[in-house]
Amino acid sequence: MGLREYIIRRLILLIPVMLGVVILIFVISQLIPPTARVALFVSENPKQMKPEVVQYYIHYYGLDQPVWVQFYEWLKQVMQGNFGYSENFQEVVLDGLIKRAPATMEIVIYTAPLILLIGIWMGVNSAVRRDKPFDHFSRVLSILGTSLPSFFFGVVLSAIFIAQLRWVSSGRLSYLLGGQYYSMLKDGTWHVYTGLLTVDSLLNGKLNYFVDAIVHLILPVTVLVFIQTATMVRVTRSSMLEALSKQYIVAARAKGLSQREVIYKHARRNALIPVVTIAGLIVGGMMTGLVITETVFGFPGLGNWAASAAQHFDFPVVIAYAIFSAVVFVLANLIVDVLYAYIDPRIRLG
Amino acid sequence: MESKPQAAKLPKSRFENFKRVMQPRIKEIRFIFKRIRESPLSIAGLILVSYNLIIALFAPVLAPPKLYNPYLIPRDPELGFKIDPSPPSPTHPFGTTRLSIDLYYGCIWGTRFAFQIGLEIIGATLVIGLVLGMLAGYYGGLIDEIIMRFTDIILAFPGLILAMAFVATLSRAGWNTLDAALLSIILIGWPGYVRLIRGEVLRVKTEDYIEAAKASGATDLRIMLRHILPNSIYSLIVVVTLDFGGIVLTAAALSFLGLGAPPGYADWGKLIYDSISYAGQGFKYWWVYTVPGIFIVLFVLGWNLLGDALRDVLDPLYRRK
Repeated sequence: MGLREYIIRRLILLIPVMLGVVILIFVISQLIPPTARVALFVSENPKQMKPEVVQYYIHYYGLDQPVWVQFYEWLKQVMQGNFGYSENFQEVVLDGLIKRAPATMEIVIYTAPLILLIGIWMGVNSAVRRDKPFDHFSRVLSILGTSLPSFFFGVVLSAIFIAQLRWVSSGRLSYLLGGQYYSMLKDGTWHVYTGLLTVDSLLNGKLNYFVDAIVHLILPVTVLVFIQTATMVRVTRSSMLEALSKQYIVAARAKGLSQREVIYKHARRNALIPVVTIAGLIVGGMMTGLVITETVFGFPGLGNWAASAAQHFDFPVVIAYAIFSAVVFVLANLIVDVLYAYIDPRIRLG
Repeated sequence: MESKPQAAKLPKSRFENFKRVMQPRIKEIRFIFKRIRESPLSIAGLILVSYNLIIALFAPVLAPPKLYNPYLIPRDPELGFKIDPSPPSPTHPFGTTRLSIDLYYGCIWGTRFAFQIGLEIIGATLVIGLVLGMLAGYYGGLIDEIIMRFTDIILAFPGLILAMAFVATLSRAGWNTLDAALLSIILIGWPGYVRLIRGEVLRVKTEDYIEAAKASGATDLRIMLRHILPNSIYSLIVVVTLDFGGIVLTAAALSFLGLGAPPGYADWGKLIYDSISYAGQGFKYWWVYTVPGIFIVLFVLGWNLLGDALRDVLDPLYRRK
């Protein structure tokens, strides 16, 4: 089986899973009475509608029809990107999602490489120095990473650095620059290229905004990296230990290669193959972590959006976010699997 | 095990018979304890878990309940139901949080509450996991396919996010948030157990002793309960131990998002949720977030350390070098 066939096969296998995902969400949403469930379809606040209008929409979107008709109607809307109206944020759900995605993206693009680099570095080194101080240190750190709740860590960091020392403020920018940023957005002097402040500020030639945006990313990125790296270290370490015990390492040593070459050229390359598989898991962990981290640091991204909606039982937003994250998670896993099959031909041939 | 010739003879009493039958198991348990004693991290885990267990068991003694529902934290009328927290004092050793809620009481009963929700959720997921995992692994075919596709769907979501959507929707439909939160953690937890148990069943199923049991006419149920289950029990123990802290952490995270226990409940996540606004005032009210936070960390750390230690001891890949 070639790589292309493998990808096609995996894509076809995705269809039932994604269908299952929407069916599950649909089943859960059925618990809500139709008069409230209208919020999943309309583009204005159903609470401010006249009862006749609500009844009209109930009829229009088939909420008085049998379940399968309802599912079909809803799926049609979801496929068109219509997730309804958020009563909490007073906006169409899809607009809210698009508006907040760059802030989250900004955290992710700084967090993911750090998790990879630190995780692999610590994992490889603690395997090489097994049962030495470095190994114990990284083991303690990774146990702490899994035991320390991100919300507690975040609250303590925000109490220290935001509230007590006042080194940074919550949000994406400090108050002064944030205000100027919004006025510049309005009069068009700030051109939005990507929505990522650290990129746009450079493209707009405003270095002080770049520094400010980076400073505001430090705390959320720290929390996410600390919590997520633990898994990475653990998997890399055990995979590296296994690789080091293989016959080809003995052969490489017998050949007279230096310790450095044995570790980095022979062992590490093979050890990193299984590490690829947990990258998907890290993506899922990050999406969960973002909900907590963004909430703690008042970062106006998707996680904060979903958490605040959930607190107000604003189900259209929460449902949209759940579907969105399932799609991202599944796609991430697909990419990981394809990468894995590409790196290790045994997978697709076996 | 080396068998002595007299062991084959019929024993004199039932007790001796019992001793003879149990001997390999006693030896195994002795071996486990020996390995645990050798590792300082395991001892730390064991101490932390027992410390939490003692607090949970003796909660009614350590903090006598005053209200009908002991998990509701009594408020101190002497503080005049003050809104802002009061610092630690002789009557309130850990201070109070918002609305004069006593943190000492909240943390002590919070430990008991953590054990309660942990056991409830583990119990439910374990039962679902055992039944479905064994069905899927043992019978295979269509049953296996259906069950595994269900787990795929749940596992397509990042756990906490599905739980969040579930709780928010259920609460909107009029459910109690605490019940919804517990149910949602069960919903996201069972697929992991099904996969684990299915894998164990598949691993054990092809062993000769299963064939032997089948040949001697054992029923499917007997094979599953008497032969497959005991042989997968160690990996189950490890996973349950590692999971216990994680489950309490997820419940606390939901409470922290305002989706768990109701206000005034002895729940660590809820206590930290109440303290977010005070964290915005720096160190002035340091105790409101530090105290419940330390309780959570010690609890989860204990279970993680113990789980790690048990994995080193029980996992056939790592043990007996």
